[in-house]
Amino acid sequence: MMEFDHLIKENGPVRGVKVEGEKAEVDLSSDIDMNCSPIVREVLMELMLKQIPEIGIRLDNVSYMDSSGLATLVEALQKVKKYNGRLVLYNPQKRVQSVFEIAKLNQIFDIRKT
Amino acid sequence: VSELTIIAPSESVNICVVRCAVETYACRHGFSREEADQIGLAVNEAMANVIKHGYGGECDQRIHVTFSLIDSSSGAAKGLKVVIRDFGRQVDPECIRSRNLDDVRPGGLGVHLIRSVMDEVGYRQHDEGGMELTMIKYPTMA
Repeated sequence: MMEFDHLIKENGPVRGVKVEGEKAEVDLSSDIDMNCSPIVREVLMELMLKQIPEIGIRLDNVSYMDSSGLATLVEALQKVKKYNGRLVLYNPQKRVQSVFEIAKLNQIFDIRKT
Repeated sequence: VSELTIIAPSESVNICVVRCAVETYACRHGFSREEADQIGLAVNEAMANVIKHGYGGECDQRIHVTFSLIDSSSGAAKGLKVVIRDFGRQVDPECIRSRNLDDVRPGGLGVHLIRSVMDEVGYRQHDEGGMELTMIKYPTMA
């Protein structure tokens, strides 16, 4: 989608953003750490502003996530819940899944395999 | 002989460089991939905290990260010790605590992650200024 093109950079954390009707899909990659989380946050906050009812975040290609990445996703989840939307995380790699488990956020997020 | 020190400028882009180095060091010294990932996560979180809280986001400061092998109390296994030294703002070590995870909110998870994945964690105010964090992890399969 054109309005997010400026945030999609080669080797950056956001590989793509698709918005179709009431659904959005954000495809993330690489490391979501202190360095990259602000870019992810910017994309998610734009989607939240549009109050898109269902937001899916693909984590298939995310090899690493730290607490700044977790914080970005928690903030997004809270904002989506405020307008009664839904946020789903898809296919976290084992290493990323374990960070969610250590922070006990696997009980908070809707995490699915496709 | 096995001690290794990296002096990193306090920019977030350097965190992954040091993280990858400590993970490689851990794997080379008998830690499993999963354990090495955990040590890397702890180093990542500790450096991020130094940059954010110790240096208030200033990128022209230094962070010294030293890895070494130590004997466990039983002497059965070699533990990996990581010391992270900064020269920033000093805080009371008693105030550096994990937060309650039932309070779901962004931020404040770094110390929890560090304490969850490492076997020993100790903060101290350095006599010459700044803080020093010492973290130790022992391999599960000795």
